[in-house]
Amino acid sequence: MKMVTAIIKPFKLDEVREALSAIGVQGITVTEVKGFGRQKGHTELYRGAEYVVDFLPKIKLEAAVAASLLDQVIEAIEKTAKTGKIGDGKIFIHDIDQVIRIRTGETGAEAL
Amino acid sequence: MKKLPIAFSLLVAMCGYAAPSFADGLNSGDTAWMLTSTALVLLMTIPGLALFYGGMVRKKNVLATLMQSFAITALMSVVWMVAGYSIAFDTTGMEKGVTNFYSFFGSLNHAFLHGMNMDSMTGGIPESVFMTFQMTFAIITPALITGAFADRMKFSTMLVFMTIWSLLVYAPITHMVWSGDGGFLWDLGVLDFAGGTVVHINAGVAGLITALMLGPRLGYGKEPMAPHNLTLTVMGAAMLWVGWFGFNAGSAVAADGRAGMAMAVTQIATAAAALGWMFAEWIAKGKPSVLGIASGAVAGLVAITPASGFVDPMGALVIGIAAGVICFWAATSLKSMLGYDDSLDAFGVHAIGGIVGALLTGIFAVESIGGTAGSMGQVWIQAESVGVTIAYTGVMTFIILKVLDIVMGLRVTEEQEREGLDIALHGERVE
Repeated sequence: MKMVTAIIKPFKLDEVREALSAIGVQGITVTEVKGFGRQKGHTELYRGAEYVVDFLPKIKLEAAVAASLLDQVIEAIEKTAKTGKIGDGKIFIHDIDQVIRIRTGETGAEAL
Repeated sequence: MKKLPIAFSLLVAMCGYAAPSFADGLNSGDTAWMLTSTALVLLMTIPGLALFYGGMVRKKNVLATLMQSFAITALMSVVWMVAGYSIAFDTTGMEKGVTNFYSFFGSLNHAFLHGMNMDSMTGGIPESVFMTFQMTFAIITPALITGAFADRMKFSTMLVFMTIWSLLVYAPITHMVWSGDGGFLWDLGVLDFAGGTVVHINAGVAGLITALMLGPRLGYGKEPMAPHNLTLTVMGAAMLWVGWFGFNAGSAVAADGRAGMAMAVTQIATAAAALGWMFAEWIAKGKPSVLGIASGAVAGLVAITPASGFVDPMGALVIGIAAGVICFWAATSLKSMLGYDDSLDAFGVHAIGGIVGALLTGIFAVESIGGTAGSMGQVWIQAESVGVTIAYTGVMTFIILKVLDIVMGLRVTEEQEREGLDIALHGERVE
């Protein structure tokens, strides 16, 4: 089992969700986050006062998936979240030790 | 203020209280317009100015900023009723060309609106309407000052300061300019139709003094202090623009051709100033900002205030463009050059815009509109009046604040300022 964490542009969320549903991902968790990478921030100007905004709004998307599905998941996110311009985000993959469904007590792949 | 009706009103006021039976002279058209104008000017402060300022502060101070305008509206209404109106408009002891105590302060004969009844008249309108119309001016002027000290003044001290300031600064300046023959600046011949000196230079200079005495906000120039919601600011600016028709065209105290001309030039100057600021910023900083065009509109409204009722549309166009460009410079370059923290540019927009308008009124006044033609002599009179206003307001504001600093302190504690005034002073937050 793998945990896929993707940082994406906010307006790409719907496309990514649809693509993931289409390949059978059962659930995702989404958080509104701020951060910076190579894109850096931008400058805002209010009556001559200049503020450099370092952290840009992004979406952090998390999905726990079966290892067999991993390659498809990565491909789906890459394809749908990509604009080709700087700031498209990143995908991080981690191993998952255990998954438990709280309602039934099921564990492992059954619980995904 | 229009010269003739005021002069007439003084006559009425002087004999009117003894024999208050002038209801026959009531002009219902004028009265209807002045009732409307009064509501429009109140709309400028709440919600107009409250939103304009409220949107520009940080989220932790938005309720405190709205509260300042709202509380000032209530407080100034009472102060005006108790003594402000009498100090501003009582004409006891005034005589044309004679400078005495009453050239600066009206007596307290009309304290608590003594003598005002249903039949007392000011020109062709009920005195009750004139008094309430002027009350809305006495409300917005102190409310304008709050932009200079946003985010850091003690609420309790602010209430005391505004009460004293209204009685010792606002009412006397109003008296000097608008009370008629014997008034210090009136006798000098100043042209101030709707309050360039009385309202805007007065409030803007008081704001600068307050900002200087309080010192800059914690972290000013180092931490980001971007406006938290410019949607509120734009809505507020739009309400100010609409309400200003009551302010300027209402200052004719009549529904006549001069009021119509005041309305037309107000719209023209405001539009020109909005564009002036927008293009100046676009050229100088690369982008035409929303805050910029809204600020430009307010600068234009300020500058045309003394001029409306005296200038024609061509004059208004020039005044508007000048105000937009010069106030843009004042709020951006001048402020950073001098380093004071006039948080929301009460000085940069109202004092500078007011001075631009007051001086240009002396150039562009048209005799057939307001009875006085523009001339270098008139510009000099305007400059003298601006100087008197700046000096009087500056010195008095300084003294009042100095005393209050010793007696009760001007500024919130560092922890309160960091936490935000909404929670620290009012125990509430916006969400």
